[in-house]
Amino acid sequence: MSELLIMLAVFVLSIIIGYLLISKVPNMLHTPLMSMTNAISAVTILGALLVFAVKPDLTETLLGAAAIALAAFNVVGGFTITERMLRMFKSRKE
Amino acid sequence: MNSLTDLLIDLIIILIFLSGFSRFRTPGAARTGNLSAAFALALALVVVMARHRIMQPHVVIIALMIGSVLGWLVAMRVNMIQIPAMVAFQHGAGGIAAFLVSFVELTRNVLPGFGVEKISGLLGLTIGALTFSGSMIASGKLANILKGPPVRLPGHSLITLGLIVLIIFTAYFTGSPQAPLLNVLLVVLVAESVMLGLVFSIRIGGADMPVLISFLNATAGLAAAFCGVIIHNRLLIACGATVAASGSILTHVMCRAMNRNLLQVFIGFRVKDAADPVRVFFGEGEVTDAVTVTEEEPAPEPVRHADPLAEAIEACRNAENIVFIPGYGMAFAQAQFDVVAFAAMLEESGKNVRFAIHPVAGRMPGHMDVLLAEANLSFDKRVDIDDINPDFENTDLVIVVGACDVVNPAAITMKNTPISGMPILMAHLARRILICNLDEKPGYSGIDNPLYRNEKAILLLGDARETFRKLTEAYSSSLN
Repeated sequence: MSELLIMLAVFVLSIIIGYLLISKVPNMLHTPLMSMTNAISAVTILGALLVFAVKPDLTETLLGAAAIALAAFNVVGGFTITERMLRMFKSRKE
Repeated sequence: MNSLTDLLIDLIIILIFLSGFSRFRTPGAARTGNLSAAFALALALVVVMARHRIMQPHVVIIALMIGSVLGWLVAMRVNMIQIPAMVAFQHGAGGIAAFLVSFVELTRNVLPGFGVEKISGLLGLTIGALTFSGSMIASGKLANILKGPPVRLPGHSLITLGLIVLIIFTAYFTGSPQAPLLNVLLVVLVAESVMLGLVFSIRIGGADMPVLISFLNATAGLAAAFCGVIIHNRLLIACGATVAASGSILTHVMCRAMNRNLLQVFIGFRVKDAADPVRVFFGEGEVTDAVTVTEEEPAPEPVRHADPLAEAIEACRNAENIVFIPGYGMAFAQAQFDVVAFAAMLEESGKNVRFAIHPVAGRMPGHMDVLLAEANLSFDKRVDIDDINPDFENTDLVIVVGACDVVNPAAITMKNTPISGMPILMAHLARRILICNLDEKPGYSGIDNPLYRNEKAILLLGDARETFRKLTEAYSSSLN
């Protein structure tokens, strides 16, 4: 039960803190922000790894491998594009 | 996994994530923010591998390699115009991963009844699957592979509602698990959710795409969070919930910038009697010259200049303060480089040049800023709508490039149009208005733009790239 409570607390606190931090992001950075959160949402890659924590049967191996590949695509692609975009922003002083 | 050390490690990783978000204030700091989020995710991966013995490591490593290399290759090749389609596609990939993981976990630890884990697993499965199909449609539309305008099936809302009822019904039957029946039920559930995602997103199109992509951002995060509950992983819950919050904020910002609410966007519901548009967003007296015109009133003909190019150059030469208003049309014509080059030339000849960015300019939140950054416009030249609007009266020349609805004065002078009450850039208050659009057709809203017939307006119609090359040439020869 205590584990459930901790999970609930983590869920609620993350939403609140996320809301407070993200509502201050300027409009200018909204595309990089979405691109980065997009990469973060592929944190399901951890779940996909855990599929292999117990000996998986063939179906589970296939599904798990697909999940890992897609999530990795999402993570690496998301962070890379965000970096590429942010590098383009220049101020006159630079 | 329950030990205090584990909890502490998780909390530290979550803090690194959140510090990444808190860096998103300026572009320079955001880079370190992005890097620290990537670092946190890598750390989380290491922690999971350390805590659990991973079976079949060769399969895991090969899958990781394939995904990462493809992700990196695509990310390096995609250009800034394609970013929205790419981001939508990645939302979809995240959605698949979420529903696959939920599926495996649900079939593996067969739990009778409906505990928290079971419900979370079902939610992860459903939301993940609909995020996947919805994102594929969104990506297709944003990449111009699918047709842009919304598709409305007969009885569309009924079909949507029916699918939701069907999903709840199917989910209810998973309560008494008897594999392999359970597997079948879960596959049916995925199929129904995929259908729901399709039906839901084909209805949304055109100007509402930024709302759809932000919303899918939120659902992708939510699916990850639910996925985290079923596997008891706090990192997944925290990251998923933060992303859900972020996507929700962006959805809200987009809706507000278009004067739409979510219901209007998602089920095509429209407020019949919109509030007095002028009073909603601007205090009384601020827009003293606002007149209510009806569509029946004969529209004055646009002023046709014998030589609009010469007129435009004359206007540029006489102007001190110049404000550019770029819209999606500029991006579509790939004219951002030519536009920024012309702006630089104006600036070199001593003008004060700025770019006014409407929140919905482009096809996803903040898209225009990325496009202009790509074209080497320094970001201190850009101004937000709230900062520039009071300044338009002191602006000598506004140059509109491929923007229509966001400068349409009808939004504040006419009632009962789709854009009534939408915050616009008040270009019509400037002393002169140079409009470099492709044609005089209305924007996505379908509402005629009276700005084209304004006596202060100069129309330079045609391909924006072509137009700006001509302008640059003519202006530079006029300087000598």
